[in-house]
Amino acid sequence: MNKLTRIISVMLLTITTIAAQAQTAVAEPEDFMHSNGKIYVVVAVVVTILLGLFFYVYSLDRKISKMEK
Amino acid sequence: MIRKSWWKLLSFILLVYTCSYGFLVKVPSPPGVPLKQTIRNLFFHVPMWIAMMVCFTVSVVYAIKYLRKQDKVSEVYSTEFARTGTFLGIMGLLTGMIWAQFQWGKAWSGDAKQNGTAIALLMYFAYFVLKGSLNDEEKQARIGAVYNIFAFFMLFPTIWILPRLTESLHPGGMGSEGNPGLNPKDTTNDMRTVMYPAFLGWTLLSVWITTLRIRVQLIQQKKLDNE
Repeated sequence: MNKLTRIISVMLLTITTIAAQAQTAVAEPEDFMHSNGKIYVVVAVVVTILLGLFFYVYSLDRKISKMEK
Repeated sequence: MIRKSWWKLLSFILLVYTCSYGFLVKVPSPPGVPLKQTIRNLFFHVPMWIAMMVCFTVSVVYAIKYLRKQDKVSEVYSTEFARTGTFLGIMGLLTGMIWAQFQWGKAWSGDAKQNGTAIALLMYFAYFVLKGSLNDEEKQARIGAVYNIFAFFMLFPTIWILPRLTESLHPGGMGSEGNPGLNPKDTTNDMRTVMYPAFLGWTLLSVWITTLRIRVQLIQQKKLDNE
């Protein structure tokens, strides 16, 4: 089972890499996320990481609180 | 439920603010200063050091407390704060090296402050080696606490005093403005509205993580005592 998940994830990664390379010369849409040198994409990534980090710390805190009881 | 504390929520709010507005705030780009957009690292790289210093300071306070009262809880607090501080120092060093690679051309240019912080971190590594090499718990705690005080009072010369005495690529060296952390010329009032929340937010997050470690340690000790 574990091996299967690993294989699938590797395959998915490969596909996304190929797909990413295939995307060339597409006209840039002019929406919010593409404005300002696409800095908002970075903001979105960083905020996602931060939310994940805080969720992780929060769940650890909850687990430890349970252990203390 | 988790142990509710207002400061945990505060750190969350401040860091979300830092990590979003920190990218959008206008930064000065005066001619002749090659920092450009990288000055935004002020919201991420510098807070690592601020949080590290806070952690080490709390650690040494608990080390002194341990030496006065010989209570195990203070010992756990002291060790875990030193651990988080060391981690933050490593993160600060790594992020600094990334910044230096693109700002100064080399990840490690033997800058006075880079060397100083490396020495300081090595001293804290030695703290954990020292503690790990002693089997007797009480000896470990006592010698560790004494060494912690020593390391703390070597930390500040290496990161605040020595870099000022020589020429440094960091701000605050001989012949350059500011202190070893900041150059007031590179920051504007707009940036300060992100910088101070960033300092506080990252510090609170590291304190939160440390308290988690402390609680795990205390639970483990309790378990050992019950057995």
